[in-house]
Amino acid sequence: MSEPPNGARPENGTPLLEVRDLTVNHGQLRALDSISLQVFPGEVYAIIGANGAGKSTLLRTIAGLHRPTEGSILLDSTDVTKVRPERRAIRGITMVPEGRRLFPSLTVEENLQVGATYARKGPWTIERVYELFSWMRDRRGQRTAQLSGGEQQSVAISRALVANPRVLLLDELSLGLAPVVVQRIYAMLPQILATGLTVLLVEQDVSQALRVASHLQCLLEGRTTLEGTPSDVTPEQVEAAYFGLRSAPAGERGEPLWSG
Amino acid sequence: MVWVNDVIQGILIGGLYALFACGLSLMFGVMKVVNLAHGDLAVVGGYIAVGVIAVTHIPVLWSFVIVVPLMALLGYVLQRTVIQAALDRSVLTTLLVTFGLSIVIENGLLQFVNANSHSLGVGNAIITSSFSIGSQITIAYLLLLIFVVAVVVLLGLQYFLSVSRYGRMIRAVADDKEAAQLSGIDYRHVFGIAAAIAFGTVALAGIAYGMTSQFAPSTGTDTILLFAFAAVVIGGLGSLWGTLLGGVILGVAQAIGAQINGSDELLAGYIVFLVVLVLRPQGLIARGAAS
Repeated sequence: MSEPPNGARPENGTPLLEVRDLTVNHGQLRALDSISLQVFPGEVYAIIGANGAGKSTLLRTIAGLHRPTEGSILLDSTDVTKVRPERRAIRGITMVPEGRRLFPSLTVEENLQVGATYARKGPWTIERVYELFSWMRDRRGQRTAQLSGGEQQSVAISRALVANPRVLLLDELSLGLAPVVVQRIYAMLPQILATGLTVLLVEQDVSQALRVASHLQCLLEGRTTLEGTPSDVTPEQVEAAYFGLRSAPAGERGEPLWSG
Repeated sequence: MVWVNDVIQGILIGGLYALFACGLSLMFGVMKVVNLAHGDLAVVGGYIAVGVIAVTHIPVLWSFVIVVPLMALLGYVLQRTVIQAALDRSVLTTLLVTFGLSIVIENGLLQFVNANSHSLGVGNAIITSSFSIGSQITIAYLLLLIFVVAVVVLLGLQYFLSVSRYGRMIRAVADDKEAAQLSGIDYRHVFGIAAAIAFGTVALAGIAYGMTSQFAPSTGTDTILLFAFAAVVIGGLGSLWGTLLGGVILGVAQAIGAQINGSDELLAGYIVFLVVLVLRPQGLIARGAAS
């Protein structure tokens, strides 16, 4: 399933992950309003949007950490809407949460061992992760607080990988990291995808998301404002969808949001 | 030499205090539950031992083989039902619920057992005797045994937490239960395991206490809970070795207080407790990473 980025979607197949008309309320606030999406095997599906657009809520709801008011979530055509988060993880939906959320009192290796506790069968092992991130083997006995932000993010991704998920949810990998570190982490993505993973990611850094995505959706205040492949959409459309503008030529708005 | 003997007696009784306190510390460290029924559970362990011995006639020393698993099971069930339901509301609710549990247990014992004191007579000539070093120091084998058991239990718990798969899961859940869920771990089950360990250790402590002194339904809140809290606070919350240190310091302070004036035994312990609370509120050993 090595789909070239910007390529056509295998619309005829069954989606691996499907979200149907998902509505989530945080108290009085409607965080998500009837969101639908289909992620096909081998795809990198990117959710973009500004702060507060509901991206993280969408990912957390798919992982099971929020209960939707309406709508359903299907993994490989099986409804998992009412399945508890830990059971979803075991079935193959694994999330790298926003802010990394490593276990601070555990060593790097123990963090990975926790990730592998209920691992599915698959190509990823702690040994394989050490091959991907060679520095990690030497520092496996250290506590994660001693690592830099980028290293912590690598451990967080590895902790999810060793569970051998079917769908990997990545929540704001770039948050709080220097741009060069973010690029380095995203540069790892092809190696991860080569093992047959499917990725659904949320990203505020639009140019980064468009570079890796095979399909994207833009959220604004809990609603879908744009959907398509990166080659389908123009920078102007993305900008309009991101900020909620009806039409705004990019040239008039100063710096383009997305170059390329 | 009198003082040396006091210190030795204090250290020995400190092992028992640490055994009382480690479950309290574990439940707080893992699920942020301050279990106000902890002392009463020790007494329940003692009463179950009395009942088990009366029915099965097993030796008092071996009663823990039945009592500890029973109490561990009770711990798992209580955690998964009442305490988890309280936790789902708020951490403060757990204070109310465990306080209520304490009252229910104490009055339940008054109602269904009676208010008389009980003890667990060991009835083993070797265990109940003592040996002397010089003319002033006398060490009871029973106290020595209890101290050794306490150290072995703490060592075992430390080892379990740091190397076993479940120990790792307990530490992960204590750090971040949501992140643990994302790795497929059901934190409610892990909480149940932690509660089972806490109840098992406190049952063991209750049996040991019954071998050394009399207990009645009110002993749990009057004495044991306060000693356990004092040991935990002096040593440092969430650190097993801190708990042992706290228990020993409390025991030594009490023994020296009793030597100065028989009625100052408890006072001396609480003075140390208050001094630590004022000067080093995080305890002598701040929360160790591995426990």
